[in-house]
Amino acid sequence: MKNVLEMKNISKTYYGNQVLKGVSISVGEGEVLGLVGENGAGKSTLMNILFGMPVIHSTGGFEGEILFNGEKVNIDSPSKAMELGIGMVHQEFMLLPSFTVTENIKLNREITKPNFVSKVFGKKMETLDMPEMRKEARKALDAIKMNSIDELDYIATLPVAHKQFVEIAREIDKKNLKLLVLDEPTAVLTESEAENLLNVVRLLSEKGIAIIFISHRLHEVLEVANRIVILRDGLLVAEGKKEEFTIYQIAEKMVGRKIENIQLPPRKKEISDKNIIMSIKHLKVHMPGEEVKDFSIDIRDGEILGIGGLAGQGKLGIANGIFGLYPSEGEVVYMGREYQLNSPMFALKNGIVYVSEDRRGVGLLLDESIEMNIVATAISAFGMFTKKFLGLTIYDTKAIREHAQKLIHELDIRCKGPSQPVRRLSGGNQQKVCLARAFTLNPKLLFVSEPTRGIDVGAKKLVLDYLVKLNRELGITVVLTSSELAELKSICDRIAIVSEGKLAAILPPTAPDVDFGLAMAGELKEVRVNE
Amino acid sequence: MSKMTDFKEKILQSIKKVDIPILVIVLFLISLFVLAAFTSVSITGLLNDSLVRIGMNGVLVLAMLPTIRAGIGPNFGLPFGIIGGLLGMLIVMQYQIMGPVGFLIAIVISVLFNLLFGWVYSWLLDKVRGQEMMVETYVGYSIVAFMSIMWLILPFSNPEMVWAIGGRGLRYTLTLQGYFDKVLNNFLRFKIFGDLYFPTGLMLFFALMCYIIYLFFRTKAGLGIDLVGQNEMYAISSGVKPKVARRNAVILSTVLGGIGIIVYAQSYGFVQLYQAPLFMTFPAVASILIGGASIKRASIANVVFGTVIFQTLLTVSLPVLSQVTRGDITEVLRLIVSNGMILYALTRAPKEAN
Repeated sequence: MKNVLEMKNISKTYYGNQVLKGVSISVGEGEVLGLVGENGAGKSTLMNILFGMPVIHSTGGFEGEILFNGEKVNIDSPSKAMELGIGMVHQEFMLLPSFTVTENIKLNREITKPNFVSKVFGKKMETLDMPEMRKEARKALDAIKMNSIDELDYIATLPVAHKQFVEIAREIDKKNLKLLVLDEPTAVLTESEAENLLNVVRLLSEKGIAIIFISHRLHEVLEVANRIVILRDGLLVAEGKKEEFTIYQIAEKMVGRKIENIQLPPRKKEISDKNIIMSIKHLKVHMPGEEVKDFSIDIRDGEILGIGGLAGQGKLGIANGIFGLYPSEGEVVYMGREYQLNSPMFALKNGIVYVSEDRRGVGLLLDESIEMNIVATAISAFGMFTKKFLGLTIYDTKAIREHAQKLIHELDIRCKGPSQPVRRLSGGNQQKVCLARAFTLNPKLLFVSEPTRGIDVGAKKLVLDYLVKLNRELGITVVLTSSELAELKSICDRIAIVSEGKLAAILPPTAPDVDFGLAMAGELKEVRVNE
Repeated sequence: MSKMTDFKEKILQSIKKVDIPILVIVLFLISLFVLAAFTSVSITGLLNDSLVRIGMNGVLVLAMLPTIRAGIGPNFGLPFGIIGGLLGMLIVMQYQIMGPVGFLIAIVISVLFNLLFGWVYSWLLDKVRGQEMMVETYVGYSIVAFMSIMWLILPFSNPEMVWAIGGRGLRYTLTLQGYFDKVLNNFLRFKIFGDLYFPTGLMLFFALMCYIIYLFFRTKAGLGIDLVGQNEMYAISSGVKPKVARRNAVILSTVLGGIGIIVYAQSYGFVQLYQAPLFMTFPAVASILIGGASIKRASIANVVFGTVIFQTLLTVSLPVLSQVTRGDITEVLRLIVSNGMILYALTRAPKEAN
């Protein structure tokens, strides 16, 4: 079998952070290569390199070489990739909703015929040959056995699954298509639709098109792929024929990593299953991209609860929903009383504080000073740091300065002073400001989402240590949501894994990696509660 | 030695921070004063006029502050608030309340009207989130057109106010002589030297308004406006209701617009009706922008600095340039500066967002 694509020793560094370390993959004619890995394992970066995305070249390019049909190629733009015959079906739909299926399939490759004007002004002015375009679009749709899609329907009126197939049809319609990349094509599909899609994948591979199939639904990968490549932390950790793997092994390889065992300080008061601070039942949160569909859990007083799961599965939606930043519904009981959803003020008043995963978008006032960022919420929600002046309650600059200085010292925020705008701080220091703000609000229950995203190792440790300190010394219950399993394992008492908007499993931090891997992929059905 | 270089760097940095158009305008202003020295124009006269114009326009410029800080942008619907101020003054004149008392009562009435107007106006602006500035402009035009009809219909009967013939409908310009003409200008007015007088009352009033607004932005309600303007999600997660904060800002701006026109009128000596309110907006917007504000951020210092620069420029350019060039180019200059400044600030906005 001839190799269509070979990527050799690919390495890529983003801002000093190596995300791919000497990865080599190859795909043969008519072969389906399953590419699996956690979020941040380097899958997308690898595909971006293959597709010549501008983000790669604007950050200093990459190392290694790409061979296409045995020849060394330099893919420096997506259009170059398309010329070579590389097609990609994106995770999010790249379709124009108010155009018809035909127009979308033939977009920018329209069939035209000359007319009077075009003879004067050139090819750009030629008339679209609609009947011909229709015919070809039909052919492409039929090729993937999508006879039920009308080529004249508007995209906006199609169900989600059909949109996905239109995308595939568009790629197929490219006459020179030799390699097709499918990035999480089944993420939005139901099981039977996904089955359909897998059939299409098989069909295409029979036609001799090489396919790279990226999915976190491991059973699909096992079903459709001929060969499987597993990435973890930018390294290729395993590669081989699909017969060599079981779901179990893939899951283990995907997440497995050495865990540093931090010795956690002891608690003053032991946590118990009887002492529940918040009980969540059937929580639904409408957060675009992180929809929570039906999540239930009891949060025990004084514990550090971890919430993990893959991106887009809803783990981030939980904290956002409880705090009221996104519309949510469900039954929540907090400290024995009914809890009012959809009201940040209610949450704040009851000692629930949320540190957002979107540091720059939600968590900070970028152009304001460090001190204002720390105290603004406390002033507006509780009237802290205020004094009476001429009958008005105004904020007290002196008290604010003192408080800010104390926390800057305590959290080791590296800055020029409390009045420096936070925009100019590094990610780690910005995160510390967020934590200082949360601490200022005297939380009883603290939700922290992705606190270590995009910050360096030293700051990471400090942030986690601070969370442990708040938990142990002040008895604050912490709910830590993170994509980094290692981080959850290092400080949490138990870890809830969310998959498809639902609780997949509650695991102790000592559980084997394979369990986490299976739970994330939605394959571990039974729920084990930590004793 | 190192202190010297430190100092130097600080100066260099603060120069770098200054916007080029503002620098050009300031340099132009300085050159006008230099030019004035060579002509026969009286510099003390120029300074007198400048001081008065700064005081009389200051509050109108201040009205731009709350909406900018709430993230809505400059209040192009200033005529809404001005109408409230006009109503206050007209009612005082109708009942012939003279002197400083009349001035205070006019302010109280205008505030009452504007609380209502501002509430309605903010409700409207909430419906058009994201395109407030354009809608504001049209609201300004509409309300002025509507009131132009009302000025003819409303039952004002003081013979000093209505047309002499027919006895119905308000005149274009009403004199405040005998009412509260220049009550602020003449309050504690003192001589600095020669012909140069300081309009103490006017300046005190402007300073007082600035101080009140400064204090307001340090209260919870004011902080809420700031938070919403800077990062709405942060504001929500701080328990602030963005709708309420925006409404507060719009009402405050409208109220300040009303007070602003009363201060303006007492200094000018006339109440101008019909189309006049339309011509107050752009100079006010331009002033705060020249003061270094953007359509997203502004401070009291921007208000004061901007008013000083813009008004001085207008006062000085007329006599000086008319001596140097033939004819009057002040009006042209005013339009170029005010519209140019607004245009510049709008083009700068997307860049700031990043």
